[in-house]
Amino acid sequence: MNGEPALTRAAADRDVKEKMVGVLLFACAALTIFVTASILFTLAYDTITFFGFEETTVVDFLTGLEWEPRNGHYGVWPLVSSTLVVTVVSALVAIPIGTAAAVYLSEYASPKVRSVIKPSLEILAGIPTVVYGYLALVYLTPWLRDIGLPLGTFNLFSASIMVGILIVPMVSSLSEDAMSAVPDSLRQAGYGLGATKYEVSTGIVIPAAVSGIFSSYILALSRAIGETMIVVMAGGLRTSLFDPFDPFGSLAGSGRTMTASMVNAVTSDATGGSPEYYSMFAIGLSLFVITFLMNLASNRIAARYREEYQ
Amino acid sequence: MNPTETPTDRTMKRVETDGGVPMEDDQESTADAAKADGGTEKLVDVSPSHSVPDDDDDVRTRSTETAITTRDLNVYYGDEQALDGVSMDIYEHDVTALIGPSGCGKSTFLRTINRMNDMIDVCRVEGDVEFGGKNVYDDDVDPVALRRKIGMVFQAPNPFPKSIRDNVAYGLKIQGYDGDVDARVEKALKSAALWDEVKDQLDSSGLDLSGGQQQRLCIARAIAPDPEVVLMDEPTSALDPVAASKIEDLIDDLAEEYTVIIVTHNMQQAARISDRTAVFLTGGRLVEYDDTTKIFEDPEEQRVEDYITGKFG
Repeated sequence: MNGEPALTRAAADRDVKEKMVGVLLFACAALTIFVTASILFTLAYDTITFFGFEETTVVDFLTGLEWEPRNGHYGVWPLVSSTLVVTVVSALVAIPIGTAAAVYLSEYASPKVRSVIKPSLEILAGIPTVVYGYLALVYLTPWLRDIGLPLGTFNLFSASIMVGILIVPMVSSLSEDAMSAVPDSLRQAGYGLGATKYEVSTGIVIPAAVSGIFSSYILALSRAIGETMIVVMAGGLRTSLFDPFDPFGSLAGSGRTMTASMVNAVTSDATGGSPEYYSMFAIGLSLFVITFLMNLASNRIAARYREEYQ
Repeated sequence: MNPTETPTDRTMKRVETDGGVPMEDDQESTADAAKADGGTEKLVDVSPSHSVPDDDDDVRTRSTETAITTRDLNVYYGDEQALDGVSMDIYEHDVTALIGPSGCGKSTFLRTINRMNDMIDVCRVEGDVEFGGKNVYDDDVDPVALRRKIGMVFQAPNPFPKSIRDNVAYGLKIQGYDGDVDARVEKALKSAALWDEVKDQLDSSGLDLSGGQQQRLCIARAIAPDPEVVLMDEPTSALDPVAASKIEDLIDDLAEEYTVIIVTHNMQQAARISDRTAVFLTGGRLVEYDDTTKIFEDPEEQRVEDYITGKFG
C-alpha cells in the first residue's frame, strides 16, 4: 500500500470502464429509436400493401365517408369522426376536473390531504382500461339510461365519459407538477399585495405554469385518441359518421373509432391477407400521424409559453 | 451591470441617477460629517443618514406620529420562540432599519406586521401589533385587507412572469381599482425610479429586466396601490453594488410618502439609509432601538456595540 501510486494504469482502467458505460447507455437510447423506426417502417410497408389492392385507393381512403369493407368501401372518415368525438367529449370531462384537482392539490390541500389524494389519483391511472370499459358498459350506460338519456347499449357517450375519467389523473398529475414548480416567491408577492388564495391560484400560478398545463392537456388528448379497450367495449363497432346537426344522436349511438376498427380487423373473421386485414395498418399509420402532430404542437406550445423563473 | 466596478464608478453612477447633482455635494457632506463628529471615534463610517442629497435639498421632516406599535410580541414556530416580548413604536415616514445576526427574528418581526406568517401552519403569535388604531391580530381583521395597506418587497426580485405594466397593475387589479390604471402605473414606476428605463417597453416581460431593475419593478408593484407602509426584507441582498445603491437612494425618496421598514444584514446600509435602527440579537429579543446615529455612534448596550463593530454575529 505504500508503493508509488499507479497513476497511469488506474486512469487507463477507468477510461475503459467509462467508455463501456457510455456505449451501454448509448445502446439503450439507440434501442428506443430503432424500435420506433421499425414500427414506422412496418406500418408504412403494410400500408403500401393495403393500397396495392385494386378496391383501395389513397384518395378514397382519405376522403371516403363510408367504411364498409364487405362492399369495398374504405373511407376513413367515419372512424376518424368517432375518434374525434371521443377525444373532444373526454377532454370536456377531463380538462376541467383535472385542472381543478391540480389547483386543489398544488395550492389548497394541506400536505396531509395531498399525501392521500395524490397517490389515489395515480392508482386511478394504473387501473387496466379493460376494467373501465367494463364499468362503462355494465354500470355507466344503464345508469345514464335510468336517468333518462336515450342511449343505445353500445354508445359513444358513455365510452367518452369513461375515457375522460381515465385521463383525469394524467391532466391533474402533470398540471400539478407544473404548478408546484412555480416558485413560492411569486405566491408570496401575490399574498403580499393582498391577493386571496383564489386570486393567487388563478392570476399568478396558473399563468406561470401555463406551458406545463397545456402540455398535460395535449398528452392526455393523445392518450384519449389512442384509447382502445373502453371504446371497443362500451362504444361498439357499428361504423357511423358523426352528424354535426344531430350531435347527441351521434353520441347516443354506437360508433367505431380508429382503434376499435383495428381491433376488429384482427379479431373478426376477416382473413389474413385480405384488404380488411391490411386496413388496420393504414388506420394505424393515420393514427400515428395524428398523435405525432399533436405532440409536435404540444412541444411548440410549451416552448412558446415557457417562462424563465428566477 | 458589472459588480466589480470601482468605487469611483459607483459614485458617479449614483450621482447620474440622482438627476445630475454635482459630485462635490456628496464629498462635501461626508467631510461635514467628519468635522461635526469631532474627535470621537466612530464605530462605523456613518455618512449622514442620507448620503445622497435630494434634488430639492430639503430634509424630510420627522414625524412623531406612530404608524405601527407592537406590544409584548411573542412569535413561536412550533416549540421554538422566534420573537421574545418585542415592544416597539415605529414612526410615520421614518425609515426604520431592523438589523441583527441571522436567526435573530428580524424577518419574522417584519412578516408579523402584515400577517404573512399566517400562511405558516406552525406559527403562533401572542401580543399586539397596532396599525391604524387596531390590533391586526384581532379576530375581525381581514389579513387580505391588511396586506393591501402594507406593501412588501422581498429579498430576491420576484416579478410575475407578466408584462411590466401588468406587474405594476396587479395590486390595483385585485383591489378592483377602476380609475386610470395607466396613470397609476406610470406614477408608481416614476416613484420607483424605473419609468425612464422602461417607458418604451411596458408590454415586455418583467423578467427581461436586469436584477436591479426587477427589484425596482417589485417596489413599483408594492407602492402602486398606495399602501401606508412598505416592508422590505433585505431588498438589496441579491443585487450587485450599483443596483443596490440605486435602491438605497430610492428608499430615502419613498419615505416622503410611506413609512418604510427595512430588514438588512448590511450595517453600513442601515447606517446610510435609516432614521431609526432596531437591533435584534439572538433569541428574538429587541436589544436596542433608537435614532440610527445614536445606535451606530454611541449605543447603550455593550452587546450592540460588539455586534456593530463585528465582534460577533
